Amino acid sequence: MLISLNWLREYVDCPLAPQELGDRLTMAGLELEALWHRYPYLKDVITVRIDAVEPHPNADRLSICSVSNGSKMYKVVCGAPNVRNGEIAPLATAGAELPGGTVCEAVVRGESSQGMLCSEKELGLGDDQSGIWVLPADTPVGVALDTVLGIDDMLMGIGITPNRGDCLSMIGIAREVAAICGNSVKYPATYVEETGPPIEESTSVTIDDPEGCPRYSARLIRGVKIGPSPDWLRSRIEAVGMRSINNIVDVTNFIMIELGQPLHAFDFNRLREHRIVVRKAAAGEKFTTLDGTERDLPEGAVMICDGAGPVAIGGIMGGLNSEISPDTMDVLIESAYFQPNSIRKTSRRLGLKTESSYRFERGTDPEGVLRALDRAARLMRDVAGGTVSAGRIDAYPRPHTAPVLTLRVDSTNGFLGTSLTGPEMKKILESIEMRVDEIDGEGKILRVIPPSFRGDITREVDLAEEVARLSGYDSIPVTSPTGAIESAPLDSHQKARRDLKRMLAGAGFFEVINYSFISQEAIKKLRLPEADPLVETVRLKNPLSDEQAVMRTSLMPGLLQNAQYNFDRRNENVRIFELSKVFLPGKGELLANEPHHIAGLMAGARVAQLIYSSGEEIDYTDIKGAVESILEFFRIEGARFRAEELPPWLDPYSSASVYIGSERIGELGRAHQEVEEAFDLRRPVFLFRLDFDRLFELSGPSSSFKGLPKFPAVVRDMALVADQGLPVEKPLDYISSINEPLLESVEIFDIFRSEQLGDKKSVGYRLTYRAADRSLTDEEINTVHDKMVKKVVEKFGVSLR
Amino acid sequence: MKQAVQNLLDTASNEVSGLGDDQKALDQARVKFLGRKGELAQLFKELGKVPEQERREAGRILNEAKAKLEAIFSDALENSRRLAAGKRESIDVTVPGRKPQQGRLHPITQVALEITRIFNWLGFETVEGPEIELDYYNFEALNIPKDHPAREMQDTFYISEDVVLRTHTSPIQVRTMEKRRPPIRIIAPGRTYRCDSDVTHTPMFHQVEGLMVGKGVCFGDLKGILTTFVHQMFGHDVGLRFRPSFFPFTEPSAEVDIQCVMCRGQGCRVCSQTGWLEILGSGMVDPEVYKYVGYDPEEVTGFAFGMGIERIAMLKFGIDDLRLFFENDLRFLNQF
Repeated sequence: MLISLNWLREYVDCPLAPQELGDRLTMAGLELEALWHRYPYLKDVITVRIDAVEPHPNADRLSICSVSNGSKMYKVVCGAPNVRNGEIAPLATAGAELPGGTVCEAVVRGESSQGMLCSEKELGLGDDQSGIWVLPADTPVGVALDTVLGIDDMLMGIGITPNRGDCLSMIGIAREVAAICGNSVKYPATYVEETGPPIEESTSVTIDDPEGCPRYSARLIRGVKIGPSPDWLRSRIEAVGMRSINNIVDVTNFIMIELGQPLHAFDFNRLREHRIVVRKAAAGEKFTTLDGTERDLPEGAVMICDGAGPVAIGGIMGGLNSEISPDTMDVLIESAYFQPNSIRKTSRRLGLKTESSYRFERGTDPEGVLRALDRAARLMRDVAGGTVSAGRIDAYPRPHTAPVLTLRVDSTNGFLGTSLTGPEMKKILESIEMRVDEIDGEGKILRVIPPSFRGDITREVDLAEEVARLSGYDSIPVTSPTGAIESAPLDSHQKARRDLKRMLAGAGFFEVINYSFISQEAIKKLRLPEADPLVETVRLKNPLSDEQAVMRTSLMPGLLQNAQYNFDRRNENVRIFELSKVFLPGKGELLANEPHHIAGLMAGARVAQLIYSSGEEIDYTDIKGAVESILEFFRIEGARFRAEELPPWLDPYSSASVYIGSERIGELGRAHQEVEEAFDLRRPVFLFRLDFDRLFELSGPSSSFKGLPKFPAVVRDMALVADQGLPVEKPLDYISSINEPLLESVEIFDIFRSEQLGDKKSVGYRLTYRAADRSLTDEEINTVHDKMVKKVVEKFGVSLR
Repeated sequence: MKQAVQNLLDTASNEVSGLGDDQKALDQARVKFLGRKGELAQLFKELGKVPEQERREAGRILNEAKAKLEAIFSDALENSRRLAAGKRESIDVTVPGRKPQQGRLHPITQVALEITRIFNWLGFETVEGPEIELDYYNFEALNIPKDHPAREMQDTFYISEDVVLRTHTSPIQVRTMEKRRPPIRIIAPGRTYRCDSDVTHTPMFHQVEGLMVGKGVCFGDLKGILTTFVHQMFGHDVGLRFRPSFFPFTEPSAEVDIQCVMCRGQGCRVCSQTGWLEILGSGMVDPEVYKYVGYDPEEVTGFAFGMGIERIAMLKFGIDDLRLFFENDLRFLNQF
């Protein structure tokens, strides 16, 4: 809401400076968003008298003027044809920042000039640019132009919350200012001289939709003269950003801003049968609004009709067929109350928002209808002449009933944490025009009737809010909740997420956060077949773009895009992860499944520090190590990595699925080459994805301490020469499965290939033996180990190196 | 003999001290004095010429001299080794350290963890809810019926007529109250969505919701809890103010402003010269909301609040562009 302070001051006296007033309004819930001078540059434009005009010696069309502000003379070069001795005109002095540029002292064709005599257009105050702006002869000289014109105004932008429709007017703000300053509101004059015949003789109003339109009032003025508005009216509405149209329309806009009541003016002679009918729109009805657009009317919209058909969409916009035109003679003024929800629904369905619909859908004052009607008739008669018919029509099938509320002083204090007395609360509520009575004789219970313009106040708690707001939130004491406070830890799932993120960050991974929505195209880039469950997405009905059209079923597209983004910015070494939700359509459910996944991407050098980087790049072992760390984090043992059931976005030759028991819980490996191409990745990337929620459920028991061994271990190696195709894990698993009681652990220590070995490889296994109750002897272990070697050699048909 | 021995010891002593840490020369000198044909050996040979009765004494003197000579040379050698060790080439200590590779948590996560940590400590339990949410929980049960002007405050992504991407974390209030009876103290961090994208809006962002309901919880308590939070989060010297506002699911409602952390309330670009920064919305739970969950507003009262995590992260770290959070540029992520 734009507020002109000059305009506001007509309705309330306020001793506060503009900024202070704005701050007080903010603290009363009407947030000051901006405060500025209407014409900040006019302070550098003063009125001067032209004392002498001489031709410019070096230019035919220029003249040299001597002008005076009453005490000082200025010499000004001027090109306007209408400069004459003795006239009064505005002079922009050096430094004035006019809309077209800054005025400075200059030399024009060899003659110096100390400013600029201005036209209306140059001052941003009108369209006339035919010459300098000649001001009336009685204008005082040496005064700032904005003062002379009465436009030394300041504007406030105030944010009005949706519950405060009553503040969408000068009067509405004035009421708040009055409450803040302890003053009362000066309501504008509404008396209108009625010299015409009774209105009932000329027209009638019928309401067929009392739900949508509980009240419709009208007045008639005959013999008006349509023309431009007088300056005061133009200036008022232009100050708050509205365009002047003609005197009649301007009055309706003026009153909407002044009183918050949107009005409509019809050309009475274009109303067929000279009457008004308010009814619901029928299905399929069409109507052309005054902006020239033909619109399909939503069924049930409140329509203002004449004897033959629609002439306005009630509360939203008038029709082309009845609008005020330059030759309009007689005007029917509409002032009505429309049901807020009905207006909002229609406005939304039409996609048409107007100043009028904005106010009606936030609730106007049903009891303020006549005040606005009378005020409009008065002003129209003032600015456009004519004869006002006697009386008014006031169809009011659903009269407003004010709620009668009870305010319990003690429980309100308990609720707010305040200690206000009944009389104090009464005074606060009365300051915003509530009717308040003590009904218990002790001032503990108040009966409150809110004014008709405060449709938002229907309950005791609404009164408590008004009390809190106007006594000031700052004055409410800060308290601590009573009762024991125990700190509440995260639950184990939340804790696991937090700790796993920290673990991965400690292991060199950066956490990323990607949008939950992606493009369906991005899923296609993963090479998923149409039938893949990940292709079935939850779709947004109103996405901002195709790029954000569906809810992600996979974290992969996000990570791959992050890699591309970083590669393009020369961040070559990328280790990132995301631990977040994916969204899988709920089968037969309204809501989706939202499991947590953990996924990561690695690319670039194994060691990022140039000096220590041997040129080795990330490979499968790095991504697998990351996955193994995560499994360790969950204390999950016995996970299996198999090159089976691979998703199509992984390279089939360097990727694996992860199994716990027979359950597949994720995958890892190098991105498929086509995926790397589809995401414009110019270097290989390695990926992993695990089902976080399953890992969490499968977590091993929390650690319990085992005593440290008391006797030394003995270590023996076996180096097998095996076929390239033999997974190194097979002998490892076999050795473990032998159940040799002295074998403590077995680990691969070397994998070696060479030309000499040909299509074989050498794999070194280190076996650690230990007994819990004694030191082992060499002979004892040699026997055990030899047996072990023999078994492995026989089992896999391998040789020893 | 005695004199000869003393001369020998003096000569050796002088010679050794003249050699410094030259090990090779020391070895040669050792041979010269202590070797099989060395000068001491020569004196031992002359022992035969010494009269019988003095020979014993002379032998003792010579043996003593041998021990002394050996001590001189071993000290000198030890000394020279130490000197040599001191002369070893030292490493360049400015060589880059071999750093373990280290990643970081996303700043949003860091701030969310910090906020939940503070509220956990104040007794607020962390709960979560679905991001694809029923219109009922996101709007209706929060007293925002269809066709209510308040719906315009939030541009909603729709999945269907009845399903939306949650526009705030507030639906968790209703879900929690449906499941539990008071007293309730919860905090609910999470992703939220609104169809708005420009310099100051991203279509996805993060909020933290809070709710406290119980017997006798008052507006003063709301001020108390949120003041404690602001002081923990931004420092004890940061001023704050509660300003009336409107939310359909709280009454009375309050916006909380903190003194601008950039200019300390003096007025700057970040706070639009006001000296204040809006950081959270709050209010007493509207009795209408209790109706949906079957609580009796005559029995229990409570407050709710919500804040944007990005906003707080921007203030905490001085980040001036919201969009950076979701570009995931490593040069950005590496800074926190």
